[in-house]
Amino acid sequence: MATITTPRKSVAVNPLKQSQPLGAALAFLGLKGIMPLFHGSQGCTAFAKVMLVRHFREAIPLSTTAMTEVSTILGGEENVEQAILTLVEKSKPSIIGLCTTGLTETRGDDMDGILQNIRKRHPELHDLPIVFVSTPDFKGALQDGFAATVESIVKELPRPGETRPNQITLLISSAFAPGDIQEIKEIVAAFGLNAIAVPDLSLSLDGHLDDSYSTVTSGGTTLAELREIGSSVYTLALGESMRGAAVALQTQFGIPYEVFPSLSNLDTIDSFLEGLADLSGLPVPDKYRRQRAQLQDAMLDTHFFFGRKQVSLAMEPDLLGSTVHFLQSMGAEIQAAVTTTKSPLLEQLPVASVTIGDLEDFEQLAVGSDLLIGNSNVGAIARRLHIPLYRMGFPIFDRLGNGQRCTVGYRGMMQLLFDLGNLFLEQEESHAKY
Amino acid sequence: MKLTQGKINELLSESACEHNHKKEGKGKNKSCTQVAQPGAAQGGCAFDGAMIALVPITDAAHLVHGPIACAGNSWGSRGSMSSGPMLYKMGFTTDLTENDVIFGGEKKLYTAILEVKERYSPAAVFVYSTCVTALIGDDLDAVCQKAAEKTGVPVVPVNSPGFIGSKNLGNRVGGESLLEYVVGTREPEITTPYDINLIGEYNIAGELWGVLPLFEKLGIRVLAQITGDGRYEDIACSHRAKLNVMICSKALINMARKMEERYGIPYIEESFYGVADMNRCLRNIAAKIGDTDLQQRVELLIAEETIKLDNALAPYRAKLKGKRVVLYTGGVKSWSIISAAKDLGMEVCATSTKKSTEEDKARIKELLGQDGIMMEKGNAQELLRVIAQTKADMLIAGGRNQYTALKAKIPFLDINQERHHPYAGYVGMVEMARELEEALYSPVWAQVRKPAPWDTEVI
Repeated sequence: MATITTPRKSVAVNPLKQSQPLGAALAFLGLKGIMPLFHGSQGCTAFAKVMLVRHFREAIPLSTTAMTEVSTILGGEENVEQAILTLVEKSKPSIIGLCTTGLTETRGDDMDGILQNIRKRHPELHDLPIVFVSTPDFKGALQDGFAATVESIVKELPRPGETRPNQITLLISSAFAPGDIQEIKEIVAAFGLNAIAVPDLSLSLDGHLDDSYSTVTSGGTTLAELREIGSSVYTLALGESMRGAAVALQTQFGIPYEVFPSLSNLDTIDSFLEGLADLSGLPVPDKYRRQRAQLQDAMLDTHFFFGRKQVSLAMEPDLLGSTVHFLQSMGAEIQAAVTTTKSPLLEQLPVASVTIGDLEDFEQLAVGSDLLIGNSNVGAIARRLHIPLYRMGFPIFDRLGNGQRCTVGYRGMMQLLFDLGNLFLEQEESHAKY
Repeated sequence: MKLTQGKINELLSESACEHNHKKEGKGKNKSCTQVAQPGAAQGGCAFDGAMIALVPITDAAHLVHGPIACAGNSWGSRGSMSSGPMLYKMGFTTDLTENDVIFGGEKKLYTAILEVKERYSPAAVFVYSTCVTALIGDDLDAVCQKAAEKTGVPVVPVNSPGFIGSKNLGNRVGGESLLEYVVGTREPEITTPYDINLIGEYNIAGELWGVLPLFEKLGIRVLAQITGDGRYEDIACSHRAKLNVMICSKALINMARKMEERYGIPYIEESFYGVADMNRCLRNIAAKIGDTDLQQRVELLIAEETIKLDNALAPYRAKLKGKRVVLYTGGVKSWSIISAAKDLGMEVCATSTKKSTEEDKARIKELLGQDGIMMEKGNAQELLRVIAQTKADMLIAGGRNQYTALKAKIPFLDINQERHHPYAGYVGMVEMARELEEALYSPVWAQVRKPAPWDTEVI
């Protein structure tokens, strides 16, 4: 059981954390035909957009209510209204994803009231869903904004319907990359189940060439699918932060759920596939039995390099939990764990302590480790400490292929074993020279 | 410096900026007072602009007083490079919590400054206010003054809440802080008649390093780089320069004009892009300094560099000649890059004039010729339409439009602040030619445009 520490200091140095609205934008981007809209100053949107573009190397739809000093004092209703009307005219979105920022939360705009007034004045917007989520910058982190957004989506859009025994809902946390989601969907489909993934980044930010230009997301969970979530027979919540949204679906539609905190270690992948077998009544396909055998072989080959290695991690809670279990299941040890925000899973982690802090804290705690795992901002620390870095999390701007990376399932975990194993191996070889 | 509405208006209507010059009673006086449009605005905010202008001061700590979004979503991402200190690359923020928003963040800011000084020994601390801290009424100036007294290190307030306006205004706010708190606070050990300041050049991708050797060769001393690869001390001494050279940007024009008023330093506006502009820049500096010897040295250097450059560019010119490009970028760059493209024998068939001044536009017209299209406004769709209409071979634009071009399978060259290649000076010209050639002649274009064999229609 871990002790949670929060260093007492007035200045954050080299922040690990990003803001809630950025997480909201990321979650919204997994819906098809959406235009995410930040209610804040134009810079809030510009910064988030640059981060997302650098990580995914994709055009990112993201808009702003462009609050000014004056409109902040007078209240943002007019700006929200004008932004929505302009977006409808120019981009014809099927959904608008609206979130607040630090600025408008400090001012205290009554968003429910504002949206009601706008709906009253503009009956023509009747069929346009506007999903709203409150995401003040001065609370929480990316993962919280992402989770709150998924919760808003499943509270607002699904409609009740007759249960379809073949249909399940996948709620997928910010710890999973588009390539992960693609793999997960393939696994589920192999059991003959029809999965509605929320959000489905594998159709929007996977990096693919479309024939035409679109100002909104060209893929993702469709509005029709979102409406039908009420008919799902089961919810699989991937990542602890998806629990809230899963509970919301249970409360609303009586849909039972299970939370899988990770799909990157043998035990949880096994139980995930077992669960799918139970739900579908079908046996685990041969393809995955073969992959499992391959993974176990890879574990044998790589365990020499993982054993007793000291690894330091800087990442958001869901990804941290998953990575801790993965590393420990291979015999590696966690020297330092630094994360961004509170989560019930942190206390349960089988490590001595978890620090909710910044990369300055991380740099002190990580001295002497064999490997660092974190986002691209950890690069400078890795160079200063002369420790290799494996990039995980967000943002990764100095490596290609973030839309396609897959570290889940038997196949993805095997790839992760080889990637890390090769880093350890390379390190041992370079040490051997001396 | 309190940032009053009057001060903002003064910055917005900067008299030396041609945006504010109505031409013969007609033409719009668009100035920088254009308000961002909800749902349509794309650019950064004033806070972003202030940081772009000041973060390149490499030996200072840049502390953002605000919630995590402002620093957390941006630190370390700026492309300006350093030849020494790396402190400017670190992200410092007070990371305000809900409690701070309710009870005020002044105390936290004060201790934050002290902690930064204690742990990182910066040459100075620049403190940036943001929307939230402006809204809750934290007194930035008072806290900075108190912290400066306590630490003995300069602590410079930058009143840059994002909601006061655009990135451009933010640049000027940054310049205003330099004028108010930094310039003229120290004296250089020696001065020479050949001392100049470079203003508005941020050393993106190390561009300055392609140009500084030329100045050195000519015996021109760059007293202060404002702010690319800049040092606090140098900027504090910059009031002793004989000439201010503004590079490729109106962003810090308020600094140039006010330094002329206060210290009698004349200024000129130049560009480092393209052979013609680089030549003109050196000639103008020599002429302004008014030293015939120097002027002769400049002519010799230009002659020498031109021969070298012609040799180096010959293979590229052969392949780039007649290629058609669409240019989409702001302000001065819209003409300075046209001029560079023309040097390479390329044809610019359209360019944006969104941020250009009347003077810029006149220059563009001259350079573009009859058929050139001037795009007053634009978005991704408009851009793709113009590219199709003009049958352009490639797009040269800022990183934001990279994916607009690539997704449409059009070759692309990045010329904005996120780019990785230096294009300034004579050496930069070769680099640019190489990049253009590489982009245009990549074997991927044929492949990504190829339909799948099973999708081709059988006739």
